[in-house]
This record gives sequence, C-alpha cells and structure tokens, in this order.
Amino acid sequence: MSKFRKKGGKELPPISTASLPDIVFMLLFFFMVSTTMREVTYKVSIRIPEATELSKLEKKSLVSYIYVGEPLRQYQKVFGVASRIQLNDVFATVDDIQDYITAEREAREENERPSMITSLKIDENTKMGIVNDIKQELRKAAALHINYSSRKKVER
Amino acid sequence: MSRKVPEIPSASLADIAFMLLIFFLVTTTMDVDSGLERRLTQWVDPSQIDETPQINERNVFVVLVNRNNDLLVENEYANIDNLRERAKEFMENPNNSETLPEKEPMDVPYFGEMMVTKGVISLRNDLDTRYGTYLAVQNELVAAINELREELAKQKFGKSYNDLDRDQQSAIRTIYPSKISEAEPKGKNVGGN
Repeated sequence: MSKFRKKGGKELPPISTASLPDIVFMLLFFFMVSTTMREVTYKVSIRIPEATELSKLEKKSLVSYIYVGEPLRQYQKVFGVASRIQLNDVFATVDDIQDYITAEREAREENERPSMITSLKIDENTKMGIVNDIKQELRKAAALHINYSSRKKVER
Repeated sequence: MSRKVPEIPSASLADIAFMLLIFFLVTTTMDVDSGLERRLTQWVDPSQIDETPQINERNVFVVLVNRNNDLLVENEYANIDNLRERAKEFMENPNNSETLPEKEPMDVPYFGEMMVTKGVISLRNDLDTRYGTYLAVQNELVAAINELREELAKQKFGKSYNDLDRDQQSAIRTIYPSKISEAEPKGKNVGGN
C-alpha cells in the first residue's frame, strides 16, 4: 500500500512544451489549406444581396471579379459618393471592362478560356443603370457566363 | 579538442510558428464565393434587333421592376411573395388554359412525346431600380424554374434533379427551359424598344 501513498512535498514536474510548435504548425497548415488569399483590397463598400438559388464558384482560378459600390470614406473626397466600378485594385469606368476581360482571358490557358466566369460583386443599393452598362459591356466582350455574387438567405 | 556545438534553443520555434499562423489568419479569407449563376445572351448589333420575330402575347410573362422598386407582373402591381407561384403556373400551365402559354409537342429522351411550353419570362427594369430588388426578383424566377425541374425529376425518376445524370438533366431542361429574357431597360434608346 505504501507504494500508492502520495509523495508529499514534491513539486509537480513542469508540463513539457516541446510539442507546442508541432501543434501550432498543425493549425498553420490547416489554415493554409482551407483558406484563400484575399484577391484585392476593397476600395468600395459592398454589401451583397441575399438569394436562395445559389451555386458555388468551383474553380477560383477561372473567376474574374468586378466590384461595384460606393467608394470607401477615404476615397470619397476624390471619387464622390456615387457608385463606382473597381477592377483589380483601381477604380475604373465602364469602358475599361472590355480591356479587363481581354486581359483576364489572355492570362489563362487556352483550353480553360471557355469555362471562365465573371463574378459580379455589387452592392445591393446600386442603381441598375450601372449594372446594365456592365452587362452590355460583358456581352460585347463575349463573357456571357456570369455570377451575381450573393449570400445565402436566412429563412424566417 | 573537438568541442561540442551547443544545442540551438528551440523555445522560440513556437513563437515563430504563431507569427506565421497570425499572418495567414489576417491575409486570407474563408468564405466560399457563391451566387446566382446566369448566362447572358449573345451581343447583337442594335441595327439587327428589329428583325426578331414577334412572340405571341400569351407566351410572354412580363415582370417589371420600376424606379420605385415596385413589382409589376403583367402590368398589375404584385407582391414578390406570390411571384414564384405565378411564374410556376405560367411555365407549367397545368390546365392548358387559354390565357397561359401555348405548348408544342416535342420528342424528349426518357419521356417520349411531351408538350413543351413556349412561354418566355421577360424581366425588365428601370435605370433607377435598386440592384437588390432586381436580384430578389430574378432569384424568384430562377427558383420557380428550379422547383418545376425538381418536381418533374421526383415524379419521373424518384430522385432529386441534382442527383440525376447528365442526359436525364438535359431531358428535363428541354421540358422546362430557363427562358428568362432580360430586355433593355426603359428610358434608354437602344434599338426600337
């Protein structure tokens, strides 16, 4: 019985921290695999609308993005508060869209080009006038496959 | 003579890893991009638009969102909650009503001869319409067609539309085509509108 008696007075051995780096590396790899890099820095504020009939954008590498919304506060002095188009990291006008689509197309492999998708990230308070102009330009550039970016609607 | 090299302390390894971890947490996003998928129509020169054949009036379901974000279905004010039902009724035309679109017989694989609707949904908007409202309306119209396809898939194959193979899906798509035409917005002089 004396074997099981508490050895009073002795301190607890310190917990080994040798495995801590391994644990953190595991977390790190998890995040590296499961997340994607931010594509651009937003210069416009976008609150995308809700919808129920959603389909996922499968291949990120085939997607080109067009952002539309009010410029963020720090850009409002220069660009005003009216909705603006953002392509890559810069503000753009409707006329730039065709060039942008062409450039995006050039950057992809030839066999991937037919399955390219244009994702429209548009603020829900934008007027349709600008959206229609974008759609016309996309039609002219023959980028017909589009995706209106939207959130999953919460059922009430 | 040969002095032992002192061991490199590995206590800071965890800190370095934490720093990397935090960097990745900040610069990446986890959200999956999803949205309403649509296909635009081919660009046609405005000078050639007038030659398109006229469609019979009973075959067109006119949905209009005006500048005040009001919904007008067939020139009457409507509620967006009823839109899905009305669009389904229009595309399906269960009782072969005179006011709803005509049907034409068509040979469809798996189904044999089916009466396929000639209906077209025409979605119009104003230049000042809010994008959110427009997308909500379009979502309802897409949902109506998706529901019809789903019902047909359940009835014929006993499976969900998404679980069918390609040929079966395309057969169902032939019966319920996704014919949503987006006309030029009002207040713009393109072609003779």
